Amino acid sequence: MEPDHALFVDFGSTFTKIVLVNLATEEVLGRVQTPSTVETDITIGLKRGLEAIGEVLGGPPVYHHKLATSSAAGGLRMVAIGLIPDLTVEAAKRAVLGAGAKVVGVYAYRLTEDEIRALEKAAPDIILLAGGTDGGDRENVINNAESLRRSGVKAPIIYAGNKAASDKVRKILTAGHKEVVVAENVMPEIGVLKVEQVRLIIRELFIKRIIDAKGLKNAEQFIDSILMPTPTAVLNAAKLLAEGTPNEPGLGDLVVVDIGGATTDIHSIGLGAPTEAGVIPKGLPEPYVKRTVEGDLGMRYNAANIVLAVGKEKFCQQLLGMVVDLDQAVEKLNRKPDSLPGQKEELALDVELARTAARLAIERHAGVIEVAYGPLGQFLIQYGKDLRGIKTVIGTGGPLIFGPDPETVLKETLYSAANPFSLKPKEPALYLDEKYLLYAIGLLAELYPDKALRIAKKYLRRVH
Amino acid sequence: MQKTVILGVIGVDAHVVGNKIIAQALKDGGFKVVNLGTFVLAEDFIKAAIETNADAIMIGSLCGHGELDCQGFREKCIEAGKGNIHLVLGGNLVVGKQEWEGVHKKFRRMGFDRVHPPGVAVKTIIADLKKDLGLADGT
Repeated sequence: MEPDHALFVDFGSTFTKIVLVNLATEEVLGRVQTPSTVETDITIGLKRGLEAIGEVLGGPPVYHHKLATSSAAGGLRMVAIGLIPDLTVEAAKRAVLGAGAKVVGVYAYRLTEDEIRALEKAAPDIILLAGGTDGGDRENVINNAESLRRSGVKAPIIYAGNKAASDKVRKILTAGHKEVVVAENVMPEIGVLKVEQVRLIIRELFIKRIIDAKGLKNAEQFIDSILMPTPTAVLNAAKLLAEGTPNEPGLGDLVVVDIGGATTDIHSIGLGAPTEAGVIPKGLPEPYVKRTVEGDLGMRYNAANIVLAVGKEKFCQQLLGMVVDLDQAVEKLNRKPDSLPGQKEELALDVELARTAARLAIERHAGVIEVAYGPLGQFLIQYGKDLRGIKTVIGTGGPLIFGPDPETVLKETLYSAANPFSLKPKEPALYLDEKYLLYAIGLLAELYPDKALRIAKKYLRRVH
Repeated sequence: MQKTVILGVIGVDAHVVGNKIIAQALKDGGFKVVNLGTFVLAEDFIKAAIETNADAIMIGSLCGHGELDCQGFREKCIEAGKGNIHLVLGGNLVVGKQEWEGVHKKFRRMGFDRVHPPGVAVKTIIADLKKDLGLADGT
């Protein structure tokens, strides 16, 4: 067997996905999906998948690379702590999301006893402690370090707050037998966001500590290593596709819409500077690589919340009477999250849920323009990223890839005259990740960026 | 110890030139300057002051809406635990011809420690701030 075959595994919470790629010919040879077995032993489902994918090759499989991502066992669960909600708390939250983690708690100001109890109960994998610009407020973050020292929290703590408090915070946390890593301040000055080092540290901790703690280490008997959380791989792929490599042109600034059973994620690559003259940008600077996660917009576990978000009456109107008993239909989706739509009624409901999730998620991710009136007339003020100039939108995630009408769903991410102040893409080309490849591209990008990019471009299908 | 000053133009007010000049003058005067630029809400001055543990907030208001925009500024600082912060205000605070003495008194009563008249010299602003914060005047 040639050594050109590379295997990419994604341990999801519901399914373990495997993609087999021939690196020499840059072809996708096959993909399989088996139910994940995290609850018992992760390797059971993995072995089943490996057997199935081995059959594609028709011989004893030899793989040059076997790399994996994981969002199993709840994903990488993190808590973000800062001082002021719009400032260091927001910066910490963005660092956590940008590292592919799931935010299971956000805290501002001084941690109360109740908040410490809630934090212990949330049992995050990693805590990010920020607060104060460099040389700014020390008192709050030192107090919060004290509270964490006294708590029963076992997770490693990354300190990325006021530099002037770092020695003291380290001392306090070490005295409480907490594992602490000191990083650069996520907000060294007002209006400056510095999340890169924190992202790297999160990734290191994920490889060194979290894989083991979640009982995924076993899998490494069969594969080389689990390198990163799944969302990080998707973010990597998005970045590669946007920027290209020195040898292979990219697609330019882009947006990835990832609709899942529990959440909808939006990734945008680009500065999002105003595209219109005279618009004044305000608020925290936007990260060039930005990820937002909508925890209430998921096609199965959160189907009822999607309906709630627009209102039942309006949702029913959109469905044009296709679903007779909406409550019952939505309840069924929540009860059986691995169910795929079969009948006409279920298909219509799935499309409508996906459309709504896509629209709301991009509206929360994209920037907005507010009109302000002063004695000198009208001013346009922009908060967040202006995505109107984006030329590429890519859809991924099971419900979109295997759903009945991805084009209709992806069109919901477009700029609309009905809501002109939401800065959504105006005339992008719409693509579907129909081979469910993006996580594999993100992994392969670490080894062979040129190949990864060419494979991605080859297999993305343009739907509009 | 270097003193930190939050600087910005309050309200729906785009006058940026004076803001840039004062920012530079403050830096030259040895201050750490956190310049929030134009269109700044009272709340955003205070949030930045907490996060940076600032010593003073210097507010410009040039559009004539100073009285409305600055209403309750000191009270908001008190609420945010920054009640003792040094507040400086300047610009074209009111429209029309009003007696400066009355204007000055009004804004002093609102809790601003130092209120500068229109056309004040930049070096006066810096010298006053040094004096008010107990720094030796370097000029």
